This record gives sequence, C-alpha cells and structure tokens, in this order.
Amino acid sequence: MSTAALNRDAAPAPQQSRSRATERPRGWWHLPAALTALGLLALIVFGLGSPGGTSTAYHLADADDLNPGGLIPEDIAVPTAPVAITLAALALAVAAAFWYLGAAARASLARLRTPLLIAFGALWVLSFLTWAFHGSTVALGAMLQTMMVLAVPLAFGALSGVLSERAGVINIAIEGQLIFGAFGAVLIGSVAGSAWIGLLAAPIMAMIIGALLATFAIGYQVQQIIVGVVLNVFAIGLTSFFFGTVMEQNPQTFNAPLRLPTLRIPVLADLPLIGRVLFEQTVLVYLMWIIVIVLTIALFRTRWGLRVRAVGEHPRAADTVGIDVNRTRWSNVLLGSAVAGLGGATLTIGTGVAFGEEMSAGKGYIALAAMILGRYHPVGALAAALLFAFADALQLRLGTVPAGAGAGIPSQFLLMLPYIVTLFAVAGVVGRVRVPAADGIPYVKQ
Amino acid sequence: MSETSAGEARPVAPGTAAQPGDPGTPGAPEGSASSADLARRIARSNLLVVVMAFVFAFLIGSLLILVASTEVRAALGYFFARPSDTFVACWREISAAYTDMFRGSIFDPNGFSRTAEDVRERGGSGLYVLLPALAAGLTPLLETLTVATPLIIASVGMAVSFRSGLFNIGGTGQLIAGATAAGYVGFAVDLPPVIHLLACVIAAIVCGGLYGAIAGFLKARFGASEVISTIMLNWIATYALAYALTTAAFTGANRAQPTSPSISADARLPLLAGEDHRLHAGLLLAVLAVVFLWWLMNRSTLGFRFRAVGSNPRAAEVAGIDVGRSAIGVMFVAGALVGLAGGVHVLGTEQRLTGSIAGSIGFDAITVALLGRSGPVGILLAGLLFAALSTGGRFMETSQGTPIDLVQVIQALVVLFIAAPPMVRALIGLRSVDRPRDPRPRRRAAAPAASASAGAGADAADGGTAPTPEGTAAPPSSEEDPASGPPPADSPDDTSKGGTA
Amino acid sequence: MKLELQGITKVFGTFVANDSIDLVVSPGEIHSLLGENGAGKSTLMNVLYGLYRPDGGQILLDDRPVRFSGPGDAMRAGIGMVHQHFMLVPPFTVAENVVLGHEPTSGGLLDLGAARRAVREISERFGFDLDPDAVVEDLPVGAQQRVEIIKALSRRAEVLVLDEPTAVLTPQETDELMGIMRQLRDEGTSIVFITHKLREVKAVADRITVIRRGKVVGTAEPTADQTELASLMVGRAVELSLVKEPARTGDVALEVRGLGVTDEDGSAPLDGIDLEVREGEILGIAGVQGNGQTELTEALLGLQKNAHGSVRLHGTELVGRTTRQILDEGVGFVPEDRTHDALVPDFTVAENLILDQHRRAPFGTGLALHPAAIRARATADVAEYDVRTGSIDDHVSTLSGGNQQKVVMARALGRELSLLIASQPTRGVDVGSIEFLHRRLIAERDRGTPVIIVSTELDEVIQLSDRIAVMYRGAILGIVPADEDRDVLGLMMAGYTVEAAREAVAAGARTTDTQLVDEGEIA
Repeated sequence: MSTAALNRDAAPAPQQSRSRATERPRGWWHLPAALTALGLLALIVFGLGSPGGTSTAYHLADADDLNPGGLIPEDIAVPTAPVAITLAALALAVAAAFWYLGAAARASLARLRTPLLIAFGALWVLSFLTWAFHGSTVALGAMLQTMMVLAVPLAFGALSGVLSERAGVINIAIEGQLIFGAFGAVLIGSVAGSAWIGLLAAPIMAMIIGALLATFAIGYQVQQIIVGVVLNVFAIGLTSFFFGTVMEQNPQTFNAPLRLPTLRIPVLADLPLIGRVLFEQTVLVYLMWIIVIVLTIALFRTRWGLRVRAVGEHPRAADTVGIDVNRTRWSNVLLGSAVAGLGGATLTIGTGVAFGEEMSAGKGYIALAAMILGRYHPVGALAAALLFAFADALQLRLGTVPAGAGAGIPSQFLLMLPYIVTLFAVAGVVGRVRVPAADGIPYVKQ
Repeated sequence: MSETSAGEARPVAPGTAAQPGDPGTPGAPEGSASSADLARRIARSNLLVVVMAFVFAFLIGSLLILVASTEVRAALGYFFARPSDTFVACWREISAAYTDMFRGSIFDPNGFSRTAEDVRERGGSGLYVLLPALAAGLTPLLETLTVATPLIIASVGMAVSFRSGLFNIGGTGQLIAGATAAGYVGFAVDLPPVIHLLACVIAAIVCGGLYGAIAGFLKARFGASEVISTIMLNWIATYALAYALTTAAFTGANRAQPTSPSISADARLPLLAGEDHRLHAGLLLAVLAVVFLWWLMNRSTLGFRFRAVGSNPRAAEVAGIDVGRSAIGVMFVAGALVGLAGGVHVLGTEQRLTGSIAGSIGFDAITVALLGRSGPVGILLAGLLFAALSTGGRFMETSQGTPIDLVQVIQALVVLFIAAPPMVRALIGLRSVDRPRDPRPRRRAAAPAASASAGAGADAADGGTAPTPEGTAAPPSSEEDPASGPPPADSPDDTSKGGTA
Repeated sequence: MKLELQGITKVFGTFVANDSIDLVVSPGEIHSLLGENGAGKSTLMNVLYGLYRPDGGQILLDDRPVRFSGPGDAMRAGIGMVHQHFMLVPPFTVAENVVLGHEPTSGGLLDLGAARRAVREISERFGFDLDPDAVVEDLPVGAQQRVEIIKALSRRAEVLVLDEPTAVLTPQETDELMGIMRQLRDEGTSIVFITHKLREVKAVADRITVIRRGKVVGTAEPTADQTELASLMVGRAVELSLVKEPARTGDVALEVRGLGVTDEDGSAPLDGIDLEVREGEILGIAGVQGNGQTELTEALLGLQKNAHGSVRLHGTELVGRTTRQILDEGVGFVPEDRTHDALVPDFTVAENLILDQHRRAPFGTGLALHPAAIRARATADVAEYDVRTGSIDDHVSTLSGGNQQKVVMARALGRELSLLIASQPTRGVDVGSIEFLHRRLIAERDRGTPVIIVSTELDEVIQLSDRIAVMYRGAILGIVPADEDRDVLGLMMAGYTVEAAREAVAAGARTTDTQLVDEGEIA
C-alpha cells in the first residue's frame, strides 16, 4: 500500500515533464544474476558433473513418421559431457547478453527479453536432459506427449483464473472447479452413457462452483480469498462424499471410465516429434488451443475485452460510462469456471479414467501459479502451464530411467519446481507481474 | 490514479457508524433501547447467524445423506405406493448419522451403559458405577480434545496473521516445517528427558516461524502477495517432506517405508488421561496459546503494531512503525504458532513423521480462525466444535458407512454461511433487518457486515477488523454501508482532495 | 439543453445529504454550484449522473422528467461529468479511455482507428495537445483532466458537470480551463461548475447557487459581493483574517541543505531544497498540489527511501534516519491526508492518540502497553481539543472529519516538540474548528517551537506564516515575507521566480482574481 501511495502522491505536477534519465532501474541485476547462477549450476553440475565416456541418445522420430528421406534421424546419440558443457556455456552466453543489455539499459532489452529467456530455458533444459539421461535415451516425443496431457488441465484452469481475475475477482477456487468438472463429466456421462454428454456436463457442473464464488464474492462481498479456499474444501468434500457413496455403490452407472475419442488429423499427425502432440488428441486439446486464441483476441481486441479489463482495473470508471460492473464480473466468473470445468473433464473423460477422490490433487493451485507466471495473459498462462507440465513429465520420465543410467534426481524436486518458479515470479525476479488493480476488491454501488 | 483501489480498499471498521470526514453528522443511532430496537438487535446478533448457519449446514448435510442412501432411493422407487416408507427411511438415515456423530465426538451412551453394567456385575454401586461409566462414556470427548489441540494452536497462528491484515494460507507448510523439526529432534537426537521435549518444542516453533517468515520477507522486500507465496510454500514443504522421507536421515533403517522412526519416549508429550487415551499435554499448550493470543493482540506493543499495520499500513509507517519488519514479524509469529501445532501433533498424537502428517489441519485452521472471528474465545469454541465434527464424522463413517467427507462439506458450508450474514438472515426471512429504513429491496445493503465476519480480522469483542493486505483483501468500508451510517456524501470533497494528484 | 432539478433529496441512513434541492441550469450557461467541503455538492451531482438514486424529487431535461438507473442512462440523456477523481483506467490509452462504454467496432473487433480520430478531432477543436496512444497513467494531471473532458464531449454531452476541476491545477491552467468552459458555453453546452473557491466562481460563472449542509441557501449573480457569498457558503459572517502576534524568533533550529529525492525511474520529484526555520517561527510552504510538498515533508520525516542531502535539527542530522528515530527526536507531524496517512480506522480514539508513542513511557514499554496511561492521555486530549466522540473507546472511523483531524493534531502536539510539521492542517474541517486549530498552531509557535505549515490553500499559508516558501516542480522558487503581494505569490506558484514575479506584477500582470478586483467586482 505504501508504495502505491507514494507513487500517487508523487504524481507529477500539471504540465510538468520530468527529465527521465536513461538510468537502469534498481534491481535490474536480479534477472541476469539469477540466470548466471543457473547457467553456472548447469555448467558445473550437468556439464562437469557428467561422467566421461557415456553418451545420451535423443529419440526424435518413429519409423512410421512422415519423414521424407530420413530428414530427421530417428535417434542421435551425443557424448554426454561435451554436449552438456557446450549447452551450459551457450546458456551462460545468453545470461551474459542479459548483463550487457541490462547494464547499458538498452531499449532493445524489452523486445529481446522473451526470446532470450526462451533460448536460455531451452539450452538449460537440453543441458539438463543430456546430463540426466546419460547412458539412456531421451524419448522426446513421448515426453512432449505426456507434457501435453498434463498441461491441458493446468491451462484450462489458468485460463479460468485469467477470465475472472481480469474482471477483478480473485479465483482461488480453480481447484474446486476442476474437480467439479471432472466429477460432472464422469457422473453425467456415465448416466447418459456418452462421453460427449459428459463433455457438456463438465463445464455446467463447474459453473456451480463459479456461481457460488460469484454469489459470495460479488453478491455478498465476502473476502474472495476466503471464499475460494472454502469452496475448494467444499468441492473436494462433496465430490469425495458422492464418490464414497453413490459412485461406490454402483460404479457401472455412475462412475464408468469413459473416454472421448482421439481425433487424428491425417498427414499432420505423422510429423515427427510434434505430429502426435499437436494433431492426434481429443477434442479437449483442440478446444484449449481455440480458447487460448479466441480469448487473447477477445481480451485485447474487442469491446468485450476492453470492458472486462476496465472492470478489473477501475470498476468505478467503468460504471460511470455505463458498464454494469457486477454483471460483467458474474459472467466472467461463470465463463471462467466453465473453462475450468473443461480442464476437469480432461482429467477423467479426456484420459479415459474413472473419477477418483481428490483427483485434482492440487492442479488448481498449479494452474493459479501458471496464471500468475503467465501474467494474467492467456498465451502466458498456456506457456506457463506447458512449462510446469514439462517438469512433471520429466519427473515421470526420469522415474523410468533404468538403474545405472541417469542422474537419480529425486522426483520431488521436479514436482516442487512449478512452485519455486512461481515464488521467484511473484518476488519480481522476472520483472514485476502487474495484477489488475481492482483484483479482489468488491464493487459497491450506492 | 490508483485512487480507486486505495479508496475502496480503505479498511474502516465495518459496522461502525459515522463516516469519516462528514463534519457535523450525527453518530449512529445505536444504543437506544426501545423494544423494536431490541428485537432488531437480537435479529442482527451474530449468535443467531452462527446458530442458523449450523442449522442450514446440517440441513444440507441431511439432504446429502438422503441422496447417498440406497434405502431411501429404494423406498423412493415405490414412493406413491407407500410414501411412509420413504419418510421412515429418511428419518432413520439422518438420525442414525447425526446420532453417531454425537456418539463419536462427545458422549457415547453405549460405552456408558456397557461399563456401568460391567461394574455392576462386578458388584459396584453408586459412584463406583457412575465414575468409570462416565469415563467410558466420555471417551469420545477425550478424543475430540486430542484432535482439537493442534487445531486450536494452528488457528491461533492464523488469527495472528488475519488480525494483522495478512492472509496466511500457508498453514500446511508451516505445520510441516514445525512437525518435521520436532519429529527430527525427537527421533534423531539424544537428550535428557525434559530437555529433549523442550528442544523438540522449540525446534518446532523456530522452524515453523522461519518458514512462515519466508512469505513475510518476500512481502516486505519484494511486495509479493502472501496469499500466493504461502500457497506455493505449502506445496514446497509437502514435497520437501516427501523427499526427506526417502532419505536415510529421516527413515532410519527402513528406507522403503516413507515414515520416520517413532520419536523417543522422553520427547513425547505426557499423556493426560492415562494410557488408554491419546489426550496429551499439548492441550495445555493450546490453552496457553489462546491466552498468548489475547495478550499479544490486546496488551503487547508488538501486537499493537501488528494491528496498526494490518489496518492502515501507511498510517503505521508515518507513525514510525517499520511496516516491512512488521510483516516479517507477523509471519514469524503466525508460523511459529502453526509450527508449534505441528510439533504438538507429532510429539503428542502421531509420534512419528509421515508424508501426510499435516493432514487438513492447515486449512481447517483457517476455517476455525474465521469461525472464531480470530478472537481467543471464539477460536477455542470453534476449534472444539470442528474437532468434534471430525471425530464424530470418523465414527459415523465406520458405523454407518457415511463418508467423513460429509463433515468437510458441513464445515465449509458453516463458514460460508457465517461469512455472509445477510444471506442467512434472508434465508430465515429477516431481510428487513439489514435495511430497516429502506423498504425497497436492495441486495447489498449489509455488505460490510458480511465482510466483517468474512474478513476474519474480527475481534470477537469489538465486531471486527477486516484484514486488507495489499492487492488482495478489500472489504468494503463503512463508507458503503447505507444502513448503518452516514454516507460518503461529499467525502471526496472533504477527505481526499489530495488523493488524486 | 435545460436541466432542472426539483426537490432532490438523498438520505444516507439518518444523514440528509441533499434536502429538497432545486436547481435550474439554462442552456448555454455556466452555473456554479458553490459550497463548502461536505456541503452535498458531489452527492447532488452523483444523483444527477445516476450514480446515486434519489430518495425524493425529480430531474427534468428540457422540461421532460427523466429517471436514471445508472450513469449509462445519464450519458445517453446527454449528461457528461468530469469527476473530481478522474474516472480513467490508468493502463489504457487515451483513445481507449475515451471510447470505453461506447466503443466503435468493425467486424466484431475494436476500431481503435475511429477512436483515435475522435480524440484528435476534439483535441484540435480545443487546442489540446494529446496523443491518442499515450497511456493515461503516464500523463500529467492536467492532461488527464482533458482526457476526461474529451470523454464527455465525445458522447455529445449537452450538460457538462465539472466537479472541483481546479483543485489540481496551477492558476495558469485554471485560466486555460476557464477558457475552455467559456468556449463550450458559447457552443451551447450547459455547464455545472462545482467548486468551493469564490474567485473562480466570480471569474467564470453566469449564475451561482450556494449549498450548505445539503440545502440550497441562496442563488446569486456573479456580481455579488465576495464576502456575501462567503458568508452564504459557511453560514455566518466569516472573519477572513486571524489575529496573531508577530513572531519572536530565536536561533535557527532546522537547517535543510540540498535535500532531494530521486525516484527509481530517475525522476526527481524533490530537488535541492535549502531552507531554515528558526525557533518560534512559522514557515509556510505554498504551491499547487503535486509540486513536491508531499515529498518534502516525507523526506523530513524519513519516509522517503531515496532522499539525499542534509537535514539538521538542532545540529542532529536526520537524513538517513528511520521515521521512528526522527519522531523520537521530538518531531511532530500532521500528514496531509488524515484517513490515509494518519489514522488507523479500526483503532480506538485512545489508541490512535498514542500511535507514534506506544512504546514509550508512560504508554508502553518494549513489551507491553499500559492501558491506564493510554486512557488518561486520551481523556485529557479529548477534553482539551473538544473531540466530539461518544467515548475514547470508539473507533476513530466513527468520528467526523473535523474531529478526526483534531485527533491527529492532538497526537502531534501532545508532547514536547523540537519541530512541528503540519501538512494541510485544516483540510475538510469546519470553520469553527479551523479557527481553533489555527490558534493551537500559533500557540505552539509562541512556545518557541519551529513550525512548518504546508498548505495548498494560499489563504491559510498567508494567515499563519511568518515567512512563505513557494514550491514549484520539486524546488523552492523563493522564500518571501508573509506580507508579500498576493499576485507575486500566485505567479510564483505558476513558476515565476521572486524577481520575475515582482517585475511582472509591477508591469501589470494579473491573475484572474486581481483582475476582478480591478474591475471592481471584488470589494
């Protein structure tokens, strides 16, 4: 509160143009320093720590892939230590670029920041993979496939967060919306005997949680964080209760493992590495891509989006130009919960498993983290969800590495990763996340 | 131009009357004692809301029991043939479930009569029968107290942060930190009897406090929202403990099993009610914690600063209080208390570390603190109540097959209802109470009251302060409460001409 | 368009904010709504704009009764409003803010091109220099106000309400705004101009309605006598000057050298401040709001993290010390915004009175508070300052603004001081309390305490001060005696140096109100 106050009070005098020195902002060194530390870690642990004489294989393409003339080799084996060292050194070079651009406060930094960060991330991860899978094979395609499966619920959940928080309602209840979606998809789908009905039911069920959130947070102005936390308890309790009673008594009718069909797009699905990941998925995955694109356009290029963002930033200003603040918030919370419901559906009918107690298993909270790391932007949220899912996929993969090979990284550390990354993100290491100004503040009219 | 957020977020004690900055406006018309007024006050009272919140929550719980019951559904199948069957089945299911809940949590009449008969058979009479029988009958209550112990201590920690304007969602993480520290010192270190126990408790307090302080530090240094960082820290702690329980240092000889060895006997909290019951001296610590909460928040200078920062950090800063240090301090104290709860849980109840040591205590503590309005007495009662619900629920699950998750649902509903008193009053047909002078229905008239209880900063005695940490909480101030006091009127005129510049 | 309000009543709880107010605004006139802070002007306009629902009375536009259920209705009916607190979304661009609520679209997407054209067109008409793609939060206050005006005009407002538009403007900018208002009037727009500044009313209004305590107490022509308007506004004959003894000054107590503040983005809201304050003297700091006064007081109090330079109080260096250490040096502080900077709303009156002293004897130790001492202090202060409160245990938020200000003043003055810094000491306080608080400040001076008064109300500065420093763009333009020509002070507030201002005044430059004096309109 205090900094906001200071800034406000320090607002410039009328017509006053202050000389803005091209000084670098304080704390500019945080990011370069963090990257350097990570790069050095890669160099020392992954590079120099690799046992000599071993090699790491990358499995890039399957035999039946669309791969004219073997353009992409099915497997490449690389010597572990030299490659890991090279990759780490390249990552350090990127970190050095950040030092250079940051120290000189160059304007190009803003433009180059994201690509450079991606480059750093890719190099670092490859260095890590090379080291972690020494003496074994990195099945890159399979890993990406796992990542996609794991990312979809997170992405849907994060998009739910984007929708409601952009309109100024804090959505801690993503977890509850996910599990209601998963539950509804199976329950209704089983009764109706069709996964497609389940797909319709999931968002509607999740909207129950959304409606409760809106009723309490918008209607009764109960503290939104509290409502979210309590609704998660409520949703998990209720679904577990029904799981333990109705579903257990009669699993055939109420909890059948349904599965949405996989829709394969011919030819494209045969592309090596990314083909199956992108083009041989259930309708839910395609929906996710569509929602990300539509939402990005809608939020930043349409009248609806302008109004939603105005409501999230300065509800009174929106009100004074005739925008119904609370109706906008209501509809966004409902829309968001419906999207999260689709994410819940991926957990059950998207992967063909029956409903299980507490099966959302904290994914709602990771989705929340993804939303924040993605800076309340649909594309950012998707990217963060993919990143977190990759860590999870990697953890699963490392568990299958044959004994003797691999680096024996405890899976718990990789599972922790999303949370640690988010912790750094909220601390502002990767630049400050701008929260919608009215996020969490109920709007009261006279 | 951030004036909206500042303006709307300004925490003014909800429910309090007049508007700051209205020269010459009268105070709130409270304190007159006409009978209509009295009736209104009763209707407005929080007690009624609390009672009705429980009633509604249990009614919904009953519905769930019915939906889940095969017998009811079977009877419904021929409802029109013999409707009485349905009603009988309904009644049987509900009464059985709730009776079991009572038997499992407070008093077990079966145990009472069984023991009474046993003793009588062996020739006892009078008090010789009554006392052992009562002891047997009250066994569930002892279990309830055992469950309540860590819950109350953790809720006290939560209350400290809520009343200081910080939304500490990190109960689980801090609990794990405390439990892990206490457990490790308990089984891995060799110390003389009393000192060993003391060392364990101190380890729990310090580790919980430090873990909590991380979120405080991130807030003070980087302005990171404590809501997000504590949630993240929960999961980090969970996985860290899971990892620790795969290492030799924590599992001892049997590395395959993700549990620690039992803590040594001299590090355990002494039992209070004999070997047959789990009730341990942690209960005394819980009582101490509650007293400490009262002293800290009402009598200590530290608590004075915590509260000042929680209510208006800027004014506190101007008055020479270091806001950043206060945030770290609050989170340390809160974390230390929650950590102590974890320690007590391990040293008294569980006696060994497992991956699920924290259970749901971390989140339950939030609801208990909310229900108890973050006041000492409230927390004591709410903690006992929630503990009773969960021990009763466990008994109900084993005897009736009704899943204990029902209790979770009821608890969540209670908190939701209590957070929105206007909703409860609307449900029992007392709508007019919220807007005595306004015949037209307006939905949000009593909003600040809602946030008062929801906001959790409430002091049981004085009606409450809603926490408003930056960017997260923003209960509406009394400015927006047309029912209870004068309005913003020209307050922009008046109080904050400077605000926009 | 003709606007007519008939018997508008608005009640909040038991408080009648507007009591059966009648108001007629003819087409093409500037109608000034004059009243003290808290008189009910903004409430009335919020009723007109559909933000509040009236409890009685009706609104007529061109003699047809209308009902507004929200601002949208009011806008469609042709009413535009420039709010005192700008209703602009800070991270949006000028164009986005202007079209928000009635966005042009093409093919389902926003048509920002059309929005930019609308902004440019109106800007050109009034000679505004506004980039449609500038982000609003980066714009200076004056420019933001113009965005608000464009916003209203782009909706074809025929009645334009300006709520205290000059509070944040320099005299020059105020004159420019008045030019715009006249231009709008001449084009046929009806303007409701809300203010509590008599000078501005007389300069621009065609008709004047005075409101006090929620009631219309009179209407007047702009030719009316100024003191007459003033007494209408405040309810009794006001003595516009304060009697005070000349200062008996002692040694230099506070010495400020090269004090500056540099923000993280490299800008310097406070730059190279040099000043001295002697014992037993009041140094007034005048200036338009936002010219570094806030930063100056905060730097003196150790509230600015990026302050540099030197502040010596009785030889002790204060820069680099914490606020707590500075308060312990005996500095009393009255912040400019009591609700925001001074009071803890959930604390009782008693607790607020010892907020900065809570860990010092007799109120507390490092460990525990001493409730008895705290209550004793509160009881004494409440009596001495005549704080109207039910009990010292009432939350301070239940007090009226004036009484809250008394609590803040009582806290600052309640101990032996080595320096008193009072910022906007009487903001939002009723007239009776103003006199009392002014007397207390003078009394503190007469006890030999060096006093700094910061106020954006030039009258207050002139009344209280022994010397006046004028701040402009983060610097002190000059320090002049308290009896300096008012015009010179006005020009200095607009950026003239002392010499330049005196020369200009000698050469006949006049700000609006002295022009009026010359024309014989102000007695």
